[in-house]
Amino acid sequence: MTTTTEASETASGTAAAPPDRMAILNRLVARPEVGALLGAVAVFVFFTVITTKFLNPLGISTWLDDASTLGIMAVAVALLMIGGEFDLSTGVMTASTALITGLLAVHAGWNVWFALAVSLAFALAVGALNGWVVMRTGLPSFIVTLGTFLALQGLNLGVTRWATGTVQVSGMRSADGYQSAGWVFASTTKIGNASIQASVVWWIAVTAVAAIVLARTRFGNWIFAVGGSLPTARAVGVPATRTKILLFMTTAFAGWIVGACNLLRFASVQANQGVGLEFQYIIAAVIGGCLLTGGFGSVVGAALGALIFGMARQGIVLAGWNSDWFMLFLGLLLFSAVLVNNAFKKRAERVRR
Amino acid sequence: MSAFPRARRVRRLRLAPWLAAAAVLAACSGPGADVNGTTAAPVAVGAVKSVAVVTHGSPGDAFWNVVKNGAEAAGKDLGIRVEYNSAGDPTQQAKLIDNAVAQGVDGLVVSMANPDALRPSVEKAVAAGIPVVTINSGEAESARFGAIGHVGQSERLAGEAAGKRLADAGKHKMLCVIHEAGNVGANERCAGAIQGFGAATTLQVDINNPTDVQSRIKGALEADRSIDAVLTLNSQIAARAVDAVKESSAKTTVATFDLNSDVVRAIQAGTLLFAVDQQQYEQGYLPVVMLKLYKSNLNAVGGGHPVQTGPAFVDKTTVDAVAALVGQGTR
Repeated sequence: MTTTTEASETASGTAAAPPDRMAILNRLVARPEVGALLGAVAVFVFFTVITTKFLNPLGISTWLDDASTLGIMAVAVALLMIGGEFDLSTGVMTASTALITGLLAVHAGWNVWFALAVSLAFALAVGALNGWVVMRTGLPSFIVTLGTFLALQGLNLGVTRWATGTVQVSGMRSADGYQSAGWVFASTTKIGNASIQASVVWWIAVTAVAAIVLARTRFGNWIFAVGGSLPTARAVGVPATRTKILLFMTTAFAGWIVGACNLLRFASVQANQGVGLEFQYIIAAVIGGCLLTGGFGSVVGAALGALIFGMARQGIVLAGWNSDWFMLFLGLLLFSAVLVNNAFKKRAERVRR
Repeated sequence: MSAFPRARRVRRLRLAPWLAAAAVLAACSGPGADVNGTTAAPVAVGAVKSVAVVTHGSPGDAFWNVVKNGAEAAGKDLGIRVEYNSAGDPTQQAKLIDNAVAQGVDGLVVSMANPDALRPSVEKAVAAGIPVVTINSGEAESARFGAIGHVGQSERLAGEAAGKRLADAGKHKMLCVIHEAGNVGANERCAGAIQGFGAATTLQVDINNPTDVQSRIKGALEADRSIDAVLTLNSQIAARAVDAVKESSAKTTVATFDLNSDVVRAIQAGTLLFAVDQQQYEQGYLPVVMLKLYKSNLNAVGGGHPVQTGPAFVDKTTVDAVAALVGQGTR
């Protein structure tokens, strides 16, 4: 952008000049989720044209389903990344919480709701511990949560094999309280001949709540503040430690939701489930406009990033392409989405200055 | 979005999402709990144009590549479009099955390493009138979920047979190497082998890290000199075990599940006693034939029993005959 337009923009702010088209465009471009939105539209149009099965009710429910659990996590991870931290334990957390719930419900004979309460307490405790260690030691969260990731992975396998003699917990369907808990976390809603999973509803709800918290509450401001510049945030009285601990607890909480959705829907959980998924969550958040350095990003963008992922992953299958090339396509797609996003971000930063 | 958006009051927004959520939830149904009885696939005589194969193998896995080759060869022979997809994570695999249903395929082939997780998706396919054949694992659940047949090898029986064979070879202590932490089939094999053999320990290694595999097997052999037999559950691991034995200069016999060219060479060289072959090419090929016969002629293959593809044993006496077939990716 040239200096003349910048000048005209400041002029339009002070004088009562009519808002020219450039200013509106600039304001739009400055939003972090615009790149993700364009990417989502592009992927959507692409697969709609490529195959008729993409835009029929069954097809839509398939890719929404794929995007939903990823989206729930991506939204929480986005909040944390805006707050300037990483969490590598998120993928394994989805398995840990499900394993705890499953073990208590199936092997100890507990009611599913009590088991869920215990696994929630566990998740929040691990999240709080992550946050506390990061703030207390000043170590990068990448390292701290890598430790949690490994520890949980070992715990998952060790405890599961010790308690069950095998590497999976199954048989949830005959546990006490399965009906009501299943209704909350794993029911399906018929829309036409497509059934929408409960995880999609959770995804939308989590995105809405997180977006409101980030944009409209004091806590939302604190998140931007601690991610932008920690010393500055502290200097103006932001409770930085509390904010960051709460953010780590949020990602753990999201892991609990996804764990519950998966466990109650598939009625079983494997000890190695979720390993490696943490990177998909981060990728979705980055596609959605989150910076790896913190202080910038959007919740809606992260949800859109997950949607792109789901549409691409299932679209390739719906199009009937040879699955050997699947990862290559996914890689190129993610790469171009991030490039588009990056271009917008640069433009946005120039506009903001 | 600016870095510090102004905080505004939320009160106006509070009620709307809850009302919307209540409206949505009112129209939904919970997941089915355990009920007795089976769902019969609706009968339909017709042609099979497309078959989807959805397995739990990770992409690029040598074992599953043979299954894929089998399915694609059957498709070519019978004029059926065969699409192969796989995901190691059961939740992802379930979504791939849902995807195949959305595509409206005429037949579905599913490997059920985690039957519980796949049950809703398999039953949904059955309810949609798509005949399902299960392969590889999930033998016990196959008919209960409404599949028209199962093609595979009972892992426990195969493990037992392998264990017995090692015991017959005069071995006293066995090390069973598990290469994937969450793999139920691998655990079944080891459990069977221990049952058939007697005294044994298990060792956990990571198949994605060959260095780790080799050094850990070597370490286990050095830690316990009384181990005189190593059983691996995968052909890639077998080659590492053979090397580990060579390096540790222990007098230990190695045997394995599954074939590849390294295993063939090791059997020829006498460093590997035998390989349990479950002939997984059949697990790709036969289901496509079964689906065609079912759709066009209402045939059920197996007469209500699973079709066993193994265990077949490849040892020094039979190895030369199958060597070329391993090279072309059909054994």
